[in-house]
Amino acid sequence: MAAGVAAWLPFARAAAIGWMPVANCPMPIAPRDHRKRHDELIILNVSGRRFQTWRTTLDRYPDTLLGSSEKQFFYDEETKEYFFDRDPDSFRSILNFYRTGKLHYPRYECISAYDEELTFFGIIPEIIGDCCYEEYKDRKRENAERLQDDQDDNKDCKLPNMTYRETMWRAFENPHTSTMALVFYYVTGFFIAISVLTNVIETVPCGATPSQKDMPCGERYTIAFFCMDTACVLIFTVEYLMRLFAAPSRYQFMRSVMSIIDVVAIFPYYIGLVMTDNEDVSGAFVTLRVFRVFRIFKFSRHSQGLRILGYTLKSCASELGFLLFSLTMAIIIFATVMFYAEKGSSSTKFTSIPASFWYTIVTMTTLGYGDMVPKTIAGKIFGSICSLSGVLVIALPVPVIVSNFSRIYHQNQRADKRRAQKVQKARLARIRIAQTGSSCTGFLQSKRNDLLNELLELTGSEEEEQQLNKGMSLLESQHHHLLHCLEKTTAHEFVDEQLYEQNCLETTIQSYTSRSPSFSSQDGPIGTCCTRRGKMNSPLPNSSLPLQPSHQQGSLQELSALHIQCGDKLPHTTSRSSLNMKTDDVGLINCKGSHITTAIISIPTAPSDTTDGGAPSINTTASSNVIKVSAL
Amino acid sequence: MGALMVIFSLQKDQRRKRTDSVEDELELSAVRHRPEGLEQLEALTRFNRKELQILYRGFKNECPSGVVNEDTFKDIYSQFFPQGDASTYAHFLFNAFDTDKDGSVSFEDFVMGLSILLRGSVQEKLNWAFNLYDINKDGYITKEEMLDIMKAIYDMMGKCTYPLLKDDTPRQHVEIFFQKMDKNKDGVVTMDEFIDCCQNDENIMRSMQLFDNVI
Repeated sequence: MAAGVAAWLPFARAAAIGWMPVANCPMPIAPRDHRKRHDELIILNVSGRRFQTWRTTLDRYPDTLLGSSEKQFFYDEETKEYFFDRDPDSFRSILNFYRTGKLHYPRYECISAYDEELTFFGIIPEIIGDCCYEEYKDRKRENAERLQDDQDDNKDCKLPNMTYRETMWRAFENPHTSTMALVFYYVTGFFIAISVLTNVIETVPCGATPSQKDMPCGERYTIAFFCMDTACVLIFTVEYLMRLFAAPSRYQFMRSVMSIIDVVAIFPYYIGLVMTDNEDVSGAFVTLRVFRVFRIFKFSRHSQGLRILGYTLKSCASELGFLLFSLTMAIIIFATVMFYAEKGSSSTKFTSIPASFWYTIVTMTTLGYGDMVPKTIAGKIFGSICSLSGVLVIALPVPVIVSNFSRIYHQNQRADKRRAQKVQKARLARIRIAQTGSSCTGFLQSKRNDLLNELLELTGSEEEEQQLNKGMSLLESQHHHLLHCLEKTTAHEFVDEQLYEQNCLETTIQSYTSRSPSFSSQDGPIGTCCTRRGKMNSPLPNSSLPLQPSHQQGSLQELSALHIQCGDKLPHTTSRSSLNMKTDDVGLINCKGSHITTAIISIPTAPSDTTDGGAPSINTTASSNVIKVSAL
Repeated sequence: MGALMVIFSLQKDQRRKRTDSVEDELELSAVRHRPEGLEQLEALTRFNRKELQILYRGFKNECPSGVVNEDTFKDIYSQFFPQGDASTYAHFLFNAFDTDKDGSVSFEDFVMGLSILLRGSVQEKLNWAFNLYDINKDGYITKEEMLDIMKAIYDMMGKCTYPLLKDDTPRQHVEIFFQKMDKNKDGVVTMDEFIDCCQNDENIMRSMQLFDNVI
């Protein structure tokens, strides 16, 4: 039951008088309030600061430290107060929770200290109010991440049971872990640099030999360059294969960007080896050599900055795309205008609209090569408009990227918060289960407890009775009494979902079976009746009774005899509540075993209710009257 | 000159309108209600000072503004019946408590209702129950009114009941009720029939005393 409404329980109980004239059964007895009904002030001394509150305020949450009898452990006899050696500042918010029913998280408070206080006082953090919950979760996540980072730093020391493969992978990913890894890192970096340098120098004209004209170095010192290239490619291949071997998930590795770059970097060489010196193909082969420049991207493994840049561009891709689109629009517009403006003049370079594209782009980006200039007046006017607008348009991308970056960053935060919202539903469910939902399941549970209590009173086994009388708070017992009264008023019982489903199933079965009281036709409902009873027996909580299956078998047979005798009365499920209830309990009794006979026991209870005036008393050999074995 | 006057008067109107609107806003925002003093309430009800104090503290905690409107009332009452839908019955209860029909239950209404329920004589309690059932307050309980009340009560059970709730269970229950209460079989139950019948029924009389020590 939720917090502050505990104060309204007396009202709800008083309002139950409205059901009384309608009810046809006698009502259960109200739980007695053993304590004196005056409210007293409790003094809570938290590290010297005294807080005072009413006892009933604290009793609102019986599953916390302050609301339960656990606080007796902290009671100081001499000063007649409860002393807690905890932080008085945090205690403020905890006590306010009892008062207002809402738990707030103060911003100045450290998250782990607050968590500790909550755990000490037995309050689940999920009930932090919506106003403070986001902040709480954010701080908690930050803290967790920070702890995780610290842990990762500490994890650089080699863990004992790592396989060779795992060691290799770790060496590849974090070069700082061992000397070998560092050496490997530098060697590959060096070779990447060499490879890129080679590619560049290959094309530089090396100076004229007396025999031939100026040619690039690559063609002059073919062998040398070829050896260099081979060496680099060998190193890269070995590196790639080693990474492939060490990768924990080879498929993931092969799909990652870095490995694709690696492959693209070394493939042209192999293709070149394989291809013959064919004139047609060598053109394509030359093109392939362009891909060797991708080796420079291998540096991104060595540089954090490159990686971040790549990520930024990737994340701003849509923004840049839109920018490109608007630029394209502007280019097309201006090119068209310039073309038609310059159409008139002779020997104009603006031969077509696509030809004007070049002019527009050069002008808008304020490059102004000067290879194409407008000659007509209209052309010059539009040309100036074009360059002015170009300045504006080009000035846009930078803030866009910046704002986009910050927007994406915040979006990430919001995505996490949205994920937290989904967790919100789980949180609310958890709270409901912990607080409200437990009232109903608690009620059903206590009904079974009461049932067992009755049974035990019958058999007179005291110890088990004590076990079952769990300390339910007065509030809870009053609430349960209220629900009992409602049950009596309507002559129906609360059951949980499971039983309800089964009952639904049964009624559909029963509606199909014929009404003749033959053995076979009754087997269906009997079977389900008894199985239901059997199932109802199993989830008995706190039960110290061993349910022996053999006894149950015996009881089933007894009960089937019972059912046959009541014949066609069984399919009625409407107002036979007490009839069915009784047979349930009979099953229970039978399972107890030796103490109780398997015949029906007549227990002197309150006079039988009038609705069951029509119900048949089960005329078995043993008993006489309809009995109700329940505490209700 | 005339123009100046016109402008001036317009300004004054505006100012007045502004202050009016400010006051209206104040009124709307501050729906506060302070109950009568303890002494008056003590005289009106059968609770003593301490009991009134406890009741008021609980009341004010849940409704800091001092009045309960119907939605809050329904929320509070529904919390006690998690399996079913208590809003219809809460609506009838609200009408029973809101004796001055102003749409909200103040502390006086609340405490006077409770006084009847917890400290009143059996006659008064039965009176109160009759008032609850008599939805249109015409002095007669018709079958339709009773059916509404009965449905509301059965709604509080929810659907997970044993045995299963049929659709005509409330109607059957109403029939039983009328059979018991309607002595002259005229299709309505009057106050006298109701009180007579209840006083002759042991169960009802006993259950009326059930909650006497709630506060």
